[in-house]
Amino acid sequence: MREVYMDHGATAPIRPEVVEAMLPYLREHFGNPLSLHGYGEEPRQAIEAAREKVAALIGAQPNEIYFTANGSEANNMAVKGIATMARTKGKGNHIVVSAIEHQSVLYSAETMGKLGFEVTPVPVDRYGLVDPQAVANALRDDTALVSVMLANSEIGTIEPVAEIAKLVKARGIPFHTDAVAAVGRIPVNVGELGVDVLSLAGSQFYGPKGSGALYIRRGTRILPLIDGGIQEGGRRAGLEDVPAIVGLGVAAELAAAEMKKRAAQLLPLRDRLIERLTTEIPRVYLTGHPTQRLPYHVSVTVEYIEGESMLLFLSMQGIAVSSGSTCTSRALKASHVLTAIGVEAALAQGSLVFTMGEGNSMEDVDYVMGLLPGIIDRLRQMSPLYKPGQ
Amino acid sequence: MYTDIVMDHFMHPRNVGEIPEADGVGSVGNPVCGDMMTFYIKVKDGRIEDVKFKTFGCGAAIAVSSIVTEMVKGMTLEEARNLTKQQVAEKLGGLPPQKMHCSNLGTQALAQAIADYEARQAEVAKA
Repeated sequence: MREVYMDHGATAPIRPEVVEAMLPYLREHFGNPLSLHGYGEEPRQAIEAAREKVAALIGAQPNEIYFTANGSEANNMAVKGIATMARTKGKGNHIVVSAIEHQSVLYSAETMGKLGFEVTPVPVDRYGLVDPQAVANALRDDTALVSVMLANSEIGTIEPVAEIAKLVKARGIPFHTDAVAAVGRIPVNVGELGVDVLSLAGSQFYGPKGSGALYIRRGTRILPLIDGGIQEGGRRAGLEDVPAIVGLGVAAELAAAEMKKRAAQLLPLRDRLIERLTTEIPRVYLTGHPTQRLPYHVSVTVEYIEGESMLLFLSMQGIAVSSGSTCTSRALKASHVLTAIGVEAALAQGSLVFTMGEGNSMEDVDYVMGLLPGIIDRLRQMSPLYKPGQ
Repeated sequence: MYTDIVMDHFMHPRNVGEIPEADGVGSVGNPVCGDMMTFYIKVKDGRIEDVKFKTFGCGAAIAVSSIVTEMVKGMTLEEARNLTKQQVAEKLGGLPPQKMHCSNLGTQALAQAIADYEARQAEVAKA
């Protein structure tokens, strides 16, 4: 049976070069980077080398990179760190986010809401695009933070972050972008984007799980999420996960070198899969923007049936994809992203998300299209909503 | 996540379809929530002679629908009405906690079909 992994949005396989680079830091170089004796030397240098590589990937300075355990932590650090810092200065009562942010941003803002912050979610259009002027209109004198993601992991849409940042920065308000779905896969430059804070995660671009980072522009004030030791310039305490950080650095280096090649490989697969899905199977609709979208991302809704049952049948045939249906969410909640772009609730249940990577090929696309129509037809025959011939 | 029994019923569901001249039809849930089941029953001499289902939902929902039809064929209306979600889940070899509501939906849909049958019988009796 062919194994087709198209769930790189969940996590990506780790590159062999990354594993090789990590091993010495799991074995011989086990010391604490803060130790003054010799055992700290190698780990300390390795962390700083990784910091330079991550900085280079996004056009930042090394001392602007702060390592975290994952993208969610980076998002929490950004939202909570900036909002609470504003509070200590006695100003800042308001947070602006897009309606389709990742849960780690939305729930962080919600938690700030419990501390008295007002949160304004800016709506998106049917493609999931944020209107920069809508963000500008939402800004107040007491806005402490604006957070709009660079790209959405559920519908693939790439946001006009540079334009939004311009308007936000004109008001002197800190601007954060969750770039977890984008970094390592499309060119991301913090200078060009004009953001103050940016989140990324290593497992998205063939690095290890447990690796992430928050870019914090020099001069941006932030209260640490994790207090304690002096690691990460005192902004993120705790003994560093040296192997993960080393892995992240190598993954960043590979991403920078292979950036063009990766997009060139993935774009034809993405466009072919979109074309085949929407033309060969009736009542299948693309979600997200057709062209202003991540090069590896295909997301559709399939009418009359539910996502998890499609996932199960696909999984039995060796195909791994994802869904935004209620049943596939542990919290049993409908996708807030699909709701925000106006997908009708029943149709949103038939969500399928394919996120491709370097291991995928046109043969994989053909294999999926060889099986999916039959699976969909089978489930439609079972559905009380489907009348044959639709 | 699912037991072998659940997967079997998911892959090879029993009694899928509609009964055109059904004696009772019951429908619960709705696609907005993510699960919807419709049961069709044929009743003879106070027993469920035939039963079919259509379901919009996840693996658990389909498996529940399928096994309910298997369990109730031949039961008296009383027995069928008394079917509990625990019995259904047990027969499936267990369901993950967040999927237990699917077994509830199955017994509810069946109960609705029986109630529909009885309502129709009452109409006929009145006439």
